[in-house]
Amino acid sequence: MQQNNLKTVFSARGVTKTYDMGEVQVHALRGVDLDLYAGEFVVLLGASGSGKSTLLNILGGLDTASAGQVFYCGQDITHANDKALTNYRRNHVGFVFQFYNLIPSLTAEENIAVVTEIAKNPMSPKAALELVGLGDRMNHFPAQLSGGQQQRVAIARAIAKRPQVLLCDEPTGALDSATGIIVLEALQRVNKELGTTTAIITHNADIAEMADRVIQLTDGRITAIHDNPAPKRPDQISW
Amino acid sequence: MVKLSSLQRKLWRELWHMRGQALAIMLVIVGGVGVCVMSLSTYDSLRQTRDNYYRDYGFADIFTSLKRAPQAIMARVREIPGVRAAESRVVAQINLEVPNFADPVTGLLSSLPDHGQPGINRLHILRGRLPDSLHDNEALISDAFADAQKLNTGDHIIAIINGKRRELTIVGIALSPEYIYQIAPGAVFPDYQRFGVLWMARTPLATAYGMQGAFNDVVIRLQPGVAEDGVIEQLDNLLNRYGSQGAYGRDEQFSNLFLKEEFAQLETMAYLFPAIFLGVAVFLLNVVVTRLIQTQREIIAILKAFGYSNRQIGSHYAELVLLITGLGIAGGFVLGIYLGQLMTSTYTDYYRFPSLLYRLSPLIFFAVGSATVLAALLGTWRAVHKATILPPAEAMRPEPPQHYSQSILERMGMQRLLSQPSRMILRHLQRKPVKTLLSVVGLAMATAIMMVGNFQQDAVHFIMHVQFQLTQKQDIEVTLYEPVASNVLDSLRGIHGVYYVEGLRSVPVSLEYQQREYRTSIQGIPADAVLQSVLNTELENIRLPEEGLMVTEHLAHKLGFKTGDRIWVKFLDGKRQHLQITVAMLSQQYLGVGAYMRRDALNRLLGEGPAINTLLLKIDNSKAQQVYKALKEMPAVASINLRQSVIDSFRKTMKQILLVFTFINALLGAVIAFGVVYNTVRIALAERGRELASMRVLGYTHGEVAYILLGEMAVLTLLSIPIGFVIGVALCQFLTDQMQSDLYRVPLILSPFTYSFSALVVMLSALTSAGLVWYRLKRLNLVEVLKTRE
Repeated sequence: MQQNNLKTVFSARGVTKTYDMGEVQVHALRGVDLDLYAGEFVVLLGASGSGKSTLLNILGGLDTASAGQVFYCGQDITHANDKALTNYRRNHVGFVFQFYNLIPSLTAEENIAVVTEIAKNPMSPKAALELVGLGDRMNHFPAQLSGGQQQRVAIARAIAKRPQVLLCDEPTGALDSATGIIVLEALQRVNKELGTTTAIITHNADIAEMADRVIQLTDGRITAIHDNPAPKRPDQISW
Repeated sequence: MVKLSSLQRKLWRELWHMRGQALAIMLVIVGGVGVCVMSLSTYDSLRQTRDNYYRDYGFADIFTSLKRAPQAIMARVREIPGVRAAESRVVAQINLEVPNFADPVTGLLSSLPDHGQPGINRLHILRGRLPDSLHDNEALISDAFADAQKLNTGDHIIAIINGKRRELTIVGIALSPEYIYQIAPGAVFPDYQRFGVLWMARTPLATAYGMQGAFNDVVIRLQPGVAEDGVIEQLDNLLNRYGSQGAYGRDEQFSNLFLKEEFAQLETMAYLFPAIFLGVAVFLLNVVVTRLIQTQREIIAILKAFGYSNRQIGSHYAELVLLITGLGIAGGFVLGIYLGQLMTSTYTDYYRFPSLLYRLSPLIFFAVGSATVLAALLGTWRAVHKATILPPAEAMRPEPPQHYSQSILERMGMQRLLSQPSRMILRHLQRKPVKTLLSVVGLAMATAIMMVGNFQQDAVHFIMHVQFQLTQKQDIEVTLYEPVASNVLDSLRGIHGVYYVEGLRSVPVSLEYQQREYRTSIQGIPADAVLQSVLNTELENIRLPEEGLMVTEHLAHKLGFKTGDRIWVKFLDGKRQHLQITVAMLSQQYLGVGAYMRRDALNRLLGEGPAINTLLLKIDNSKAQQVYKALKEMPAVASINLRQSVIDSFRKTMKQILLVFTFINALLGAVIAFGVVYNTVRIALAERGRELASMRVLGYTHGEVAYILLGEMAVLTLLSIPIGFVIGVALCQFLTDQMQSDLYRVPLILSPFTYSFSALVVMLSALTSAGLVWYRLKRLNLVEVLKTRE
């Protein structure tokens, strides 16, 4: 297989996650085995509640698995302590959230600076914004930007530290299709130009057409993985 | 310029954004720190001023008065080991007549050396000069008396000196460390209009009293480190046969004693008030900061997701909190120093210290500042810790729906009576009992602080009531130089305008029980007394027992005896008997410390007939002038005290000091109350904005939504008030316990006014806050609030 030639960035083995919601126990992940390779663009596809966000959070060190193991570049991060996870997030992973989660009191540039100030080898906030086509919106506050623009700022913020991986949780979930496409173009451009391993989770099967690989999650399990030899450009897809 | 990091910029912008809330928090700190600095610095400054005054003007260590002793004996006084300096004086109690002032005025006339200042108790001459020994009509008068009577150098007053009217020319106005407090013998409070201290040169004064080559008063300065007890004993041995009333140290010197008691009370207030205020402020700061940071839960999660460490996040919020706290502390210091200077100068005027000294020790700065900062940081740490302990993924997710349950009221079957919004209020309050409790306690503290600020007035009114309505009902109290036969009362009854007269026998004593002793006087009260009542510990008017003593409860407690015990009584007058007398009952008295007996029993103990030396008169007020005139013409009369003037001077004293203090405290209490309420409401709004916006989207009106938020505040406020009363009573009780002194005991009396005023201020603060929040709710942007989240 083609992937065997590539470096493995993530590998997950038997990962489970159980949430204790008071009286109810939620089994978000029920034993997931997964590998992600350097530079690939992966879509994790699944319905609401399939466990895809949980998986992404665990890969990104935002959450810990209840059981199983997760390796990042061969290092076990399953049992990493808070300090190690903090360092991991600071230097290796970029996040994009469905609801952008920009800090409302900071401008677009400053929102990015929050990250670049603590990263080891960041690009300038301006360069990051230009990469997502928002070089002219540096001094705007989140409230002065449209949803799509906010999400692109969030992408700029995520990539500004030059992370090895970019993890995106429903990045177009709150956007209309036209705006969503612009955001996806930005993500694809980052993936191509910087070679950042990119994982997007979505419930939208159309988006999967732009991925190198599509991983299907159902009820906390991986039910299918298929390669996409000819990924489409974002402007070729519609929903 | 230092370049700000993005987080620092975030900090400043958010501070600006929440400026209303930050200001409210600052106000709480300004109030707490302000009271602290004011009280502590005032007390510190006054104590230092007094100590300097005593030191610089050679205030005596030992005092004694006697009938008459030859000057030669002073050589032997100076030989007593430990005596550094001793000076003799001639001192006389006199009646005065001030032009255009009809009320009786009494004075204390003391001799000065013929040449120059005395070595002990030096005077601070404000205007004029020392009296000349070659003139028998020159006098120096005390500043307080001069002020109250508007007398100046060159003016004249009449003094009855040894029975003769003499016109004195005022040659100077002076202050003395010996008479910082100028109180007529027998009076409870200073009345500068009706009592003055005067000084004349020794020769003319001694001549007038036939005291040439003799003296009747001694003051002594001790060598450093010498205990006064031994010197007092030797002095008494030496002077007893000259009619000494017993030497005493500074502890029993009238002016110093009063000052000491007042300072003790000031000290109590200087430490307790701030402790309470700062304690409350710090508690509130902690609560407010904790909740403030809880509202930033998601931002904290995002920062964590970007790789910020807990420590970085913690210090970010600590910076925010320290900024607010720091500004509050700075404001508190400015306010505290301003008020402290105001208070110190008020006190300096009141005590008539020669110079004003205001100082603020760095220790106060440090202690107050660090206590406040620590409290703020503790709150921050707790909240940040709580926010960072969650994995960021979980923190970023909106909080899962909370476990609500039916409220107690609903379960009690009142469900149908409650609208949906009312149920929301109740369930919300019940869901987080700790949070609800903290809010209620915070608000209760505001009520309690207001009570602490006000209760002293109630106590003062009550003391006045007990003293002048229940105990002393006379219009005039007359003291005589010597005891006289009680048939003098008949001649007084003949004076036109006198309704009723009663005669008391008062004698100075030292009460001794086990190793402790206390100097006071026993008042012999007639069995059928009408004007002078005696109250038992329940404040009931009772009859004195035929035999035995009745003693103020405070004194019994102080000396350690109880009803039925036999105590030693040393009479300091007449035949100086030393007798054991049974304590028959205890009495309640808020002013002074005294002992009482039936007059006939006292006369029997003293081995005398029906003698009296104090007269109580009830008069026709329209004929007061004639009565004063008749009394002044009686040679036996030493002093005349008017009840109304005592009450007036008491009121004036209270107004001058207590009310300023009380007012400032009440004001700062109100500031704190507002700070608490406003913050509580604002935080509630921040926490529940989304929920309320959702309800607006569902079609609830602005008013209906406001009801949910403000209704909750109303419930909290109403719940807090009775709890505040309980805490307030406990704090006041604690304060009164700390403020018991020989001069006065402060009873725990809280008027309905204090309760209602405290509650009112808190409710008004709540209403004002509600108004501000009402306005904010109106501006709630529904779409914005709902858009960015699920």
